[in-house]
Amino acid sequence: MRIVVVSERCISCEVCIASCPFSAIEMRDDKAFITEGCQFCRACMSVCPAGAIIEKAEEGDAKPAADLSAYSGVWVFAEQRDSKIAGVAYELLGAGGRLAKERGTYLAAVLFGSTEENARDLIKWGADKVYLCTDPILEKFNDEPYSQALALLIEQYKPEIVLAGATPVGRSFIPRVAARLRTGLTADCTFLEIDKESGNLLQVRPAFGGNIMATILCPNHRPQIATVRPRVMKRAEPDESRQGEIINLNLTSLASRTKVLDTVKEASECMLNLQEAEVIVAGGRGMADSKGFKMLEELAELLGGAVGASRAAVDEGWVSYSHQVGQTGKTVCPKIYIACGISGAVQHMVGMQSSDMIIAVNKNPEAPIFNVATYGIVGDVKEIVPLMIKQLKEAVQS
Amino acid sequence: MRIMVFVKQVPDTAEVRINPETNTLVREGVPSIMNPYDVHALEAALQIRDQKGGNVVVVTMGPPQAEEMLRESVSMGADEVFLVSDRAFAGADTWATSYALYKAAEKIGFDIILCGKQAIDGDTAQVGPETAEFLDIPHISYIRKIEEVGESSIKVQRLMDDGYDVVESSLPVLLTVVKEINTPRLPSLKGKMAAKKAVINRLDLDALGGKEIEANVGLKGSPTQVRNIFAPECQVQKRELNGTVEDQVAALIQDLRRIRCA
Repeated sequence: MRIVVVSERCISCEVCIASCPFSAIEMRDDKAFITEGCQFCRACMSVCPAGAIIEKAEEGDAKPAADLSAYSGVWVFAEQRDSKIAGVAYELLGAGGRLAKERGTYLAAVLFGSTEENARDLIKWGADKVYLCTDPILEKFNDEPYSQALALLIEQYKPEIVLAGATPVGRSFIPRVAARLRTGLTADCTFLEIDKESGNLLQVRPAFGGNIMATILCPNHRPQIATVRPRVMKRAEPDESRQGEIINLNLTSLASRTKVLDTVKEASECMLNLQEAEVIVAGGRGMADSKGFKMLEELAELLGGAVGASRAAVDEGWVSYSHQVGQTGKTVCPKIYIACGISGAVQHMVGMQSSDMIIAVNKNPEAPIFNVATYGIVGDVKEIVPLMIKQLKEAVQS
Repeated sequence: MRIMVFVKQVPDTAEVRINPETNTLVREGVPSIMNPYDVHALEAALQIRDQKGGNVVVVTMGPPQAEEMLRESVSMGADEVFLVSDRAFAGADTWATSYALYKAAEKIGFDIILCGKQAIDGDTAQVGPETAEFLDIPHISYIRKIEEVGESSIKVQRLMDDGYDVVESSLPVLLTVVKEINTPRLPSLKGKMAAKKAVINRLDLDALGGKEIEANVGLKGSPTQVRNIFAPECQVQKRELNGTVEDQVAALIQDLRRIRCA
């Protein structure tokens, strides 16, 4: 398949050139021409006022690689570290349960190097089945045995969808699984749904540093595999009485050429707090100095929350990197996110925009942060934050 | 020791903006740069070479203009550069990109492959691990420090969410690095001279296997498809605050307390 310009229809308006995120359209002989930089995103097709840009089938276009109907079931990979299940696993069960229902199929969790007790916990949180492999080689994370084991299970049981957390673990070994199985993988998804017409999984993810969103499909290969950004999907409600099946697996032939010699924990208290906090008070360049952050700490304490920061504030050295929220920091999803002196660059917003409520304080009324804020106060943070602290204290006392 | 580095030419996404009226990317004046994480991978490769001897081979897949970036890598100290480029490779997703790089790496030869943890345009972090799988070699992602490079093994620190792991691997191996690993050097004057004269080795479809691999590269080899792209949107229930700043703060605090106590 190719995207081509029907030159008789092209009106030389050049609108498509501006729409192409890949600079892959140029004017040749006064008509638009699509170059080999084309990534087939179809952005130009939707903007062309003359309908001159079309998809053209080619010999050798991909066709379904196998009988896709042989695949059913939604799987989530439940990551564990020191036998504690990662939070993202529960979010995946929430999202996976929704997809399984839409597809009229079952939801399973895959658990490596862990216990029956943890497997039962996953059932409580929505899994109909748990594939459990307790082989000691899977206790610590190594890419090769993890990918060998998951690929073996997928080949045997043929799920149609596999989800894993977009964590250092998931993002590292899942690509090996996809390579081995000759199927597609979409990284770091923030939204998943089933296409009503085709039954395919629509996988939405940010690209270009969060500047655009892309919907990705894997139409001709199974399973459809995605890693999902932590703290974006909602957990299902746990149900103590839920019943499910635990399938114990004995996989032979797992081997690793890497070995974990030592594990060093150095996450600060604050980093953990930031991800668990229900309230985050975050500061940006507008805080002006590290004293500004002392104020935010006080406000956060009054609200029982944690302190976050934009990259600008971290780069200035007012607060440490472990507080950073955004594309290159942490993704957070608190009930309340108070952005003080943060203008709202997309790179920051991708890390916090799924918060339940966003409150913005900024002296620039045009700051993009106000576009995502439930409440906005235009003014100087140095005046407003102390006011908030004062009024909160009074309210608590009365 | 032959140390290979995968690099990618990307638009500087920090400079990319959305035009809110047309919902399209504004690319005007956005420079093409070497993916920032790959610069750290190149630096790590140069450091290994400087200590252990050997040569640094830089490989990129991309359109012909990626040559400019390969010259930049020579100015930093790379010994050999390869451009994997062919119309048949266009439209590749991570699977098909990794397949082409696997064929190229196999042909060129290596002991260690280094790459950035991800490229800033796609942010997938998939091409390194997928290529390692095709090559049937181990890989370790998110390396923040290389502790020891031996004759047949390597010891590194792998960044995790709650700290780091010390991991050992046999060679050959593929490593992806994070920015904390080093501070990249600046091009030297001698390097800049060398860059001008550098020979760009080219590998096209025929060089990597021709017809035999055609079904595994480019758009045809890609299991995933981009269905559409759109500007991020957000729907927010806005609530008005009125009056003086004091009044606004008072109304806000009242609502905050209602939510926190509920």
